[in-house]
Amino acid sequence: MVAKTPVHVLDYLTRLTASVFADIPPRAMILLVTLLALLLIAPWLINDYLLTVLIVVLYFAFTGQAWNIMMGFAGQLSLGHAIYAGLGGYIAAVLFARFGIAPWLGFLAVIPVAAVCGATIGFLAFRFRVAGVYFAILTIAFAEFARIGFDHLDFVNASAGLFLPVAQYAHNDLWRLRGNPTMFYYVILTAAALVFVLCRALLKSRPGYCWLAIREDEQAARAVGIDSFHYKMAAVMISAVITSFAGVFYAFFYNNLFPEQVFNISRSIEMILGPIIGGIGTLFGPILGAFVLTGLAEALNTALIALGFDLPGAKQVFYGICLLLVVVVLPDGVWPWLARLIGVDEARR
Amino acid sequence: MPIDVYLNVAVAGILTGLVYGLMALGLSVIFGVVRVVNFAHGEMMSIAMYLTVLLFSSLNLDPLVMLVPIAAVLFVFGYALQAGLINPFISRPEHSQFLLLVALALIIVNTLLIIFGPDARTVQTSYTFDSFQLGALIVDATKLYAGAAAIVVAALLFAFFRLAPLGKAIRACADNYTGALVVGLDVKRLYALTFGIGAACVGAAGVMMTLIVDVTPIIGPTYTLLAFVIVITGGLGSMAGALLGGLLIGVTEALAGLLFTPSAKSMFAFAILVLVLLFRPQGILGRRSI
Amino acid sequence: MKALLSLQAVSKRFRGLVAVDAVSFDVAAGELFAVIGPNGAGKTTLFNIIAGAVAPDSGSISFAGEAIGGLPPDAICRRGIGRTFQIVRPFPALTVEDNVIVGALLHNRDVGKARACASEFLRRLDLFDQRNRIAATLTLPDRKRLEVARALATEPKLLLLDEVMAGLRPTESDRMVAILRTLNSDSGLTIVLIEHVMRAVMALASNVLVLDHGIAIAQGKPEAIVRDPAVVQSYLGAEPV
Repeated sequence: MVAKTPVHVLDYLTRLTASVFADIPPRAMILLVTLLALLLIAPWLINDYLLTVLIVVLYFAFTGQAWNIMMGFAGQLSLGHAIYAGLGGYIAAVLFARFGIAPWLGFLAVIPVAAVCGATIGFLAFRFRVAGVYFAILTIAFAEFARIGFDHLDFVNASAGLFLPVAQYAHNDLWRLRGNPTMFYYVILTAAALVFVLCRALLKSRPGYCWLAIREDEQAARAVGIDSFHYKMAAVMISAVITSFAGVFYAFFYNNLFPEQVFNISRSIEMILGPIIGGIGTLFGPILGAFVLTGLAEALNTALIALGFDLPGAKQVFYGICLLLVVVVLPDGVWPWLARLIGVDEARR
Repeated sequence: MPIDVYLNVAVAGILTGLVYGLMALGLSVIFGVVRVVNFAHGEMMSIAMYLTVLLFSSLNLDPLVMLVPIAAVLFVFGYALQAGLINPFISRPEHSQFLLLVALALIIVNTLLIIFGPDARTVQTSYTFDSFQLGALIVDATKLYAGAAAIVVAALLFAFFRLAPLGKAIRACADNYTGALVVGLDVKRLYALTFGIGAACVGAAGVMMTLIVDVTPIIGPTYTLLAFVIVITGGLGSMAGALLGGLLIGVTEALAGLLFTPSAKSMFAFAILVLVLLFRPQGILGRRSI
Repeated sequence: MKALLSLQAVSKRFRGLVAVDAVSFDVAAGELFAVIGPNGAGKTTLFNIIAGAVAPDSGSISFAGEAIGGLPPDAICRRGIGRTFQIVRPFPALTVEDNVIVGALLHNRDVGKARACASEFLRRLDLFDQRNRIAATLTLPDRKRLEVARALATEPKLLLLDEVMAGLRPTESDRMVAILRTLNSDSGLTIVLIEHVMRAVMALASNVLVLDHGIAIAQGKPEAIVRDPAVVQSYLGAEPV
């Protein structure tokens, strides 16, 4: 793209946006628009608790799509994605807590770190041909390394946890991400929507085709001139940077960070549940997965509490069972099956 | 620090390493034969550990006495798991099997959390605080017994695979799946048996581990990863490699705990994993290249 | 005239087995060159070496005057060598059209142009009507043509075809021969093919190399090769072709 004038840029963007939504089947488009409309007006329809649940849903829809870029597009199974979120959260939080730097600027500092981290893991894996399950184990090792490392890092308060100053604000401060849940809701909604558009655009672009080719058959892809190392690295780095933003959001929403929780393998697994249950490699899969999983989990939790049980870990057992069922019964995920059912098949290329 | 301290820590590391080795041996057997990456390995061990704690606190049975029965229970568990859930998955893509076991691990860890709660449990036998002295060397009785038991079980396992017809049949499956089928071996049953044996190994290791560490629900994943580090370091498909890797990691961990902070000792295991994956992916004694 | 592809004393061994033993040959631009020989002769290994999937132990390979020995497969494709595989490898979950678009993207940055380019190759290989089908659902002959279309979309100067006739019925094989002949005569595409189907070799090739146990035992025009006693002994048998 050679942007000569603002008019050219605008024209390019318009054509890009149009092509991004070009061949979504009409039924799917209606679904999409309805969903978006409902999500936009949600804060007026539901109470604060449900709003928080929706925030969690959108958070996982966001991270799920980011993870999907690496796995669904480039075929690399990462089980250590929590490291990017953790790094993002900690860096932005420290910059804010100690130097008063706003999270959006903090994110600018996070981007290169996340990219380098992803590039390191990618480089080590791809240059030394660590693939498949071994790659997954490598990613787990890195995340664990970060967990134990941060647990002993006094600069971020080690295992005692890092806390963000929470002051009473009379109004929402978007710049410093301080405010009531509704503000956070719209931030994560925008983020999830933007990632969706990005994924769609990527899929239809030249890199998107190359990724799919690599995912399908790396050797055959190389035989038609695709530099698979280059593209795999790009997928890892993009996925890492996007996930790191989720970490920034997490830090400023919950206002506290503990290495034991943030870098925990459970976080990594939670991030992948959405896409796997929804459907790896599909566009709607991670979103559907996030809604279904978190929605049902919350329902379960509420039910259990209503019945008088306080079972920490029940949610995780539920996640495990869902994952088990999906892997055994619907290995392609729920979305492809559902899509066929209601007639909105994506040509899952 | 005086050399005695290093020596004592090293010996303690070796003995613990033997138990690690046995745990990793189970994983190596499973992976070497069935080619399944058992991501629920450490979690299976934690089941054994909790069974030990439970039986100890209710029936006051010494862990070493419970070794065989608990290993047997884990054998049945492993056999059923392979036969019922994993065998149908053999032809599915690799990451499918892996995720299946990830799901299982998740379920096990949190079910244990629900049943037993997050607090640590210990097993305190009559000899928990005993130690033997050999010159400058002071060895914990618990570690010595655990290490000795690990050697015995490992030796039995080696003998089984070298000498018993069933053991040889299993090795045949590992070497050549199609060949084994052609020769008429019931590969699926042998796979289930192998998984059972691997589970029994990790069960035995778990029983011994209760003598050495405290039991919490969340140690499962840590041991799974440790088992992978050991197996990959020692060499996939090599039983001796698993034991060697176990010893190596046991000693490294112990010394690292001494020289740096004890809680950071796992970091070294991971550093070793990364190095091995990069520079010698087939491991120290590994035969197959990945 | 300088050869387009030139191999000098290329060797490759795998552990104890010498797969390719000091093989040398030249392929002129615009030529239709066949490599034949019994199974295990090292033909596919030779292709893998040329295409960069495997690095040679010794010897040199030059293409259009440039040394390409040891380069990775994608670099070799970018320099103008396309290939197909002995066991067909289309991208299974992608559509026929998308398969070829992937190839076309090498020289067409814009996806739209790549699609237009791909359509042209699909038409040439008689696959345009099936362009929206998922590759995995195609029949074997169609998948073979798909692989050829995909390789052609990378606009190679030289195409390596590994047993592209295998498994095809005589009519399909004739069809493929016709397509390849047209490609060669229309655009001057140099084609090197490994083949067992002698009918195709006789119909297409202007130059034949015979490999046996990694050694080049004969080279020349098809009519001469067919009568060469060493070739008859090791591969063809006494039946007239």
